[in-house]
Amino acid sequence: MELVTPAIGLVFWMLVTFSLLLFILKKFAWKPILTSMKEREESIEKSLQEAANARSEMQKLNQQNENLLAEARAEREIILKEAREIKEKIVSEAKNAADEEAKRLISRANDEISRQKNAALDELKKEVAQFSLQIAQKLVEKELENNDAQKALIADQLSKLDKQQKATS
Amino acid sequence: MDAPNKQMPYFSALFSGYRTSKILVLSLFYAFFTLALHASEAEHTLEKGHENTHSEEKMDAGKLIMEHISDSHDWHLWGHTSIPLPVIVYTQSQGLLVFSSSRFNHGHDAYNGFKLNEKNQLVWENQANTEAIYDLSITKNVLAMFIAVLTLLIIMIAVARTYSRRPGQAPRGFVNIIEPLILFLRDDIAKSSIGPKYERYMSLILSIFFFIFVNNIFGLIPIFPGGANVTGNIAITMVLALVVFLTVNIIGNKYYWKHIFLPDVPKAMYIIIVPIEILGVILRPFVLMLRLFANITAGHIIILGFFSLIFIFGAMSPGLGYAVSPLSVAFTLFMSLLELLVAFLQAFVFTLLTAIYIGMAIEEHQHAEHH
Repeated sequence: MELVTPAIGLVFWMLVTFSLLLFILKKFAWKPILTSMKEREESIEKSLQEAANARSEMQKLNQQNENLLAEARAEREIILKEAREIKEKIVSEAKNAADEEAKRLISRANDEISRQKNAALDELKKEVAQFSLQIAQKLVEKELENNDAQKALIADQLSKLDKQQKATS
Repeated sequence: MDAPNKQMPYFSALFSGYRTSKILVLSLFYAFFTLALHASEAEHTLEKGHENTHSEEKMDAGKLIMEHISDSHDWHLWGHTSIPLPVIVYTQSQGLLVFSSSRFNHGHDAYNGFKLNEKNQLVWENQANTEAIYDLSITKNVLAMFIAVLTLLIIMIAVARTYSRRPGQAPRGFVNIIEPLILFLRDDIAKSSIGPKYERYMSLILSIFFFIFVNNIFGLIPIFPGGANVTGNIAITMVLALVVFLTVNIIGNKYYWKHIFLPDVPKAMYIIIVPIEILGVILRPFVLMLRLFANITAGHIIILGFFSLIFIFGAMSPGLGYAVSPLSVAFTLFMSLLELLVAFLQAFVFTLLTAIYIGMAIEEHQHAEHH
């Protein structure tokens, strides 16, 4: 029975000791310890948060860099493409112009040639007529008196010749 | 919170490891106890044989154990050596008296009209005197408690100084032992049981835990500064329970009191429920008191019992005493290790229940229908 009978002295000393213990520990131990623990936890959490922030910031910067690079690349691509297009345009324009010029030149040359040819033919006709006339004159001088009849004959012959030539060409 | 989940692996690991050797240990226990029973019977017959011859040397395990687990006015070290402790006694007729317990000469002499009875209690020499004695002596338990508390103070203040010297830095030295305990108490006991207002009660919870833990551990040390059965003394656990009782009932909010006097049950049930609730208010700290007292005292009794077996057998024949001693030591070692666990577990349980009661007292009921 004595085991479960609290002794008054022990109760008294326990009350005193425990109250003092509670007071002293609260003031000199638990408060600083818990405060430091909390502060340290907060600082760790803050550091982690900051690290995470820095990481995301860096990621953002990286992303930005990449975006810039991609943009630059795209721009270069566009510029190159434009240049290529311009070049092609210029070349094709020049080619067209040259072609046209060449065509024009050729057609002019052709015109000239045909004109020259016609002129030459006319000349030739005149010459031939002249010669024929002279020949005929000489012939007629010698053999014929009737000039006009001879001329008509010759012109008739020449126009026949002309038709013949046109048919061949 | 996820506190219970976190704790589970430790405990289950502990018990699964424990289970494997359990059967072996239990069977050894049985064998040992039956032997011991026979031995004590044999001793009894022996005692009857030569009565009162060399009663000084006679081994009485029960008395020895009771002496060890109860308080005393001197601190027995070994053989006939003991430290006398100051006796402080107040009586109406003699006022306050302070003198050394050596004056009693181990209970053989009387001093100032006082003597020590066979239970080492201070009584009047004249048994007819019924005047009340207020014995405020620094007894063995008081001194042991002082030593434990002083140790606790030194450790904790040193730890606190380490913290303030190295703000925001990694823990170091002794802090590494204390910090996990404090974190455990803060996160898994206070925070999860009390809720968001836990910070106000941290001092009480930490103080109760470390007071019990340190005293339990000191109680397991067999030599001088330890060995006293402080937390296994009903006076100590009574004061601790009283502190919890007062705290819980002083901080109790209107929901706490409503739950006791106006519970959410039909009015007709009040006649049963209200007395039960009121009884519960008193029973909770009462059970706290008994649990700690019984567990620690039982641990001391078992360990001392195993040691006593050596001498009980030794009294039968010295050879038997020597033969039994290795087994006795092995069991004492096993029990001591178990007591080490109990020392922590009982401090933990007391603290956890304190936290739960505080949590119950200050809980805000937004959803009263949930009961």
